[in-house]
Amino acid sequence: MNFNFISAKISQKIMNSIFLLSGIITLTILVIILAYILIKGLPVINLEFIFGQVENQGASGGIFPIIISSLYVTLLSVLISTPLGVGAAIYMAEYANDGKLTRIIRFGAEILASIPSIVYGLFGLSFFVIFLNLGWSIFSASLVLAIMGIPTIFQVSEVSIRSVPSIYAEGSYGLGATKWQTIYKVVLPAALSGIVTGIILGMTRAISEAAAVMYAVGSSITMPISILDPGRPLPLHLYILATEGISLPNAFGTAAVLVIIVLIITFLTNYFTERYQNKMMGK
Amino acid sequence: MSKLTSETIMEKSLFIIALFSCLVILLIISFIFIEAFPAIQEYGIAQFLFGNIWAPNEGQFGVFAMIIGSLYVTFIALLMSVPLSLSCAIFMAEVASSKVRKFLKPVIQTLSGIPSVVFGFFGLILLVPFIRSQFGGTGFGILTAAIILSIMILPTIISVSYDSLRAVPQDYKEASLGLGATNWQTIRRVVFPSALPGIITSIILGMGRAVGETLAVLMVIGNVAKIPASILSPARTLTSNIALEMNYAIGIHYNALFATAVVLFIVIISLLIIANHIQRKYSMDIGGGTL
Amino acid sequence: MEKITVEHLNTYFGDAHILKDINFKVAENTVTALIGPSGCGKSTFLRSINRMNDLIPAFKCDGTLLLDDEDVYAPEMDVVDLRRKVGMVFQKPNPFPKSIFENVAYGLRIHGEEDEDFIKQRVEESLKSAAIWDEVKDKLDKSAMGLSGGQQQRLCIARTIANNPEVILMDEPCSALDPISTLKIEDLIHELKKGYTIIIVTHNMQQASRVSDYTSFFLNGEIIESGRTEQIFVSPKEQKTEEYITGRFG
Repeated sequence: MNFNFISAKISQKIMNSIFLLSGIITLTILVIILAYILIKGLPVINLEFIFGQVENQGASGGIFPIIISSLYVTLLSVLISTPLGVGAAIYMAEYANDGKLTRIIRFGAEILASIPSIVYGLFGLSFFVIFLNLGWSIFSASLVLAIMGIPTIFQVSEVSIRSVPSIYAEGSYGLGATKWQTIYKVVLPAALSGIVTGIILGMTRAISEAAAVMYAVGSSITMPISILDPGRPLPLHLYILATEGISLPNAFGTAAVLVIIVLIITFLTNYFTERYQNKMMGK
Repeated sequence: MSKLTSETIMEKSLFIIALFSCLVILLIISFIFIEAFPAIQEYGIAQFLFGNIWAPNEGQFGVFAMIIGSLYVTFIALLMSVPLSLSCAIFMAEVASSKVRKFLKPVIQTLSGIPSVVFGFFGLILLVPFIRSQFGGTGFGILTAAIILSIMILPTIISVSYDSLRAVPQDYKEASLGLGATNWQTIRRVVFPSALPGIITSIILGMGRAVGETLAVLMVIGNVAKIPASILSPARTLTSNIALEMNYAIGIHYNALFATAVVLFIVIISLLIIANHIQRKYSMDIGGGTL
Repeated sequence: MEKITVEHLNTYFGDAHILKDINFKVAENTVTALIGPSGCGKSTFLRSINRMNDLIPAFKCDGTLLLDDEDVYAPEMDVVDLRRKVGMVFQKPNPFPKSIFENVAYGLRIHGEEDEDFIKQRVEESLKSAAIWDEVKDKLDKSAMGLSGGQQQRLCIARTIANNPEVILMDEPCSALDPISTLKIEDLIHELKKGYTIIIVTHNMQQASRVSDYTSFFLNGEIIESGRTEQIFVSPKEQKTEEYITGRFG
């Protein structure tokens, strides 16, 4: 866009308004989506809806087993992916030297992060459900979600471990600490807020996912107790309610619950990481 | 000495953990490919890729219409999303005050956190009727899916190109401003060109996300397995093809859906390799950008 | 008696020959100052003594470096144990982003101390010896990052002392501090001399003459002259030393 016939100052003003406008549009899109879901969904939500059993395939009743399924698969998957993701991050940030192998590992994590969720769904079905004979279960779904979560946790943790100032590590070595002591007692605590952020991002991804778990978790609307029970997480329930035309109000209610959970998680992360950092930096 | 052994044990076990990602990929690839193989062997690779008819009941498994559907919807989504997101990234990186920037960052973060099913639901309830009333037809189709996708890939393109705009050295900007250039001239002639490799990467990453998105697209695109005649026609993508039929597929139909996943996998890996190549060629680090 | 003996020490970073044929002796319970212009190798030398240079992959060295009569670079030397015995205070104060108490307790904990009462007592002693106890005794659980630069540096000294080292290496410990904090650290060095052997790298020649018993002058990776501090500053034997301390270069 070169307005030769317009002065530089005017084109500056025009472009600035375009940039401002695009910022406003982006904000508006978010507000419309959130407002629409919440305005339509919040009136549906009450204690009966949150704590009730699913009735008539979701046409009536509540979504308590659905919420429990979601929390179950999310927590279990994070429990599995956190040690793997953080461990890999520690290795890559503190031990690995830039060789071919580390390039392969890093590319591997990028591939894991990029595989479409439906492909994970097929893998979960053919490997965990059928080959390992775990059946349609909370456990199968958690394993799929854990694999999906590793790259997120790995990448965010690695960046935050690398950004710990080297003077901390030097101070620790200077006192005669070993490498692992230095990592465990100085580097990891200093990188903790970043690592927690990575874990929470992995959690957000897991709790939002439907396509990857739809062929691993089954579609049961009863309360899952053991990890080998089938279940039905929130996004999958929403998908079924909406596409099979079972109940629009309950679909809105489910969507609102899902959005609220994601918003709370995002808010809590920002709050805690800021507070932790301020405390450690003596503010 | 025991201190030394435990150090070695820690290092070795961390190394094995780091290798785990790669092992899992091999596992995923082998399981998807093994399941896909019978379909390709029986139906023929050329017929599978370029065959126009998908009719599992009649033993026809041509995914050409789905490849076109995926490319079509991705292209339209990028066409809508790229100008908006680049302009928004420039606004955040170069124009907005730090207060406005601090406000917009969580907005982008929240937008990227909304589950894809919620986007699909939103499209199904609000956008499909709107398109129907404005343009006629069923409302389900390429355009509707592309609008939803364009919103979903906004955060990816914005955040990656924002990072690469911010990474342009302050010296360049000061040099340009010091010569009496306006802010916009500086952005257009100095900042944008230096950040270009990162911006291209952001677009490729957005593209990858659009190609791979499943349920949000499935809910609004109409899912007819034919080459779409117009932008308002319903279509079917590679991803929605899998998700729609996996529930009841058996025998070679089951294998054909895995073969669809193989096509998808290859497309995504190619995009990833291109993005990596651009990053390495311009030896820049945009930090943790992935599809 | 000699605490540290160095004979024919050469060090390299990759192809660059940094320290050339260093011969050096330090007596127990003395303060030795290493002076010289930037890039003369004095910090590299200091970091050779507790093998901090090992953290740099391209580092190599030959010659002899004895602590008491143990070879620091012998293959069987436990680096971890060495660094406990030879503590280090860095140029920029580098407390960990932990509480004041945990900073000082760190060295004890990593070396396997579990007795909380002992740790408490040791932290208090160390903070007292580092002349910072009165300033921090009411906020031991607060983050060390909230202290001033001078306080942080004394905390780092306390952290080093808590390890009960035999030698303390100080790498320009006052270069990031204001004059008043600098004087406090110098007073502290005088006190610490009674219990520890101290080697201090400094840019500041007044500081060297105020705090040290012995001085070595480094130039281009070699020791030009070593001797008692007042001799070096009052009647240097070498032309180059005289030029440096009278401010003709550096």
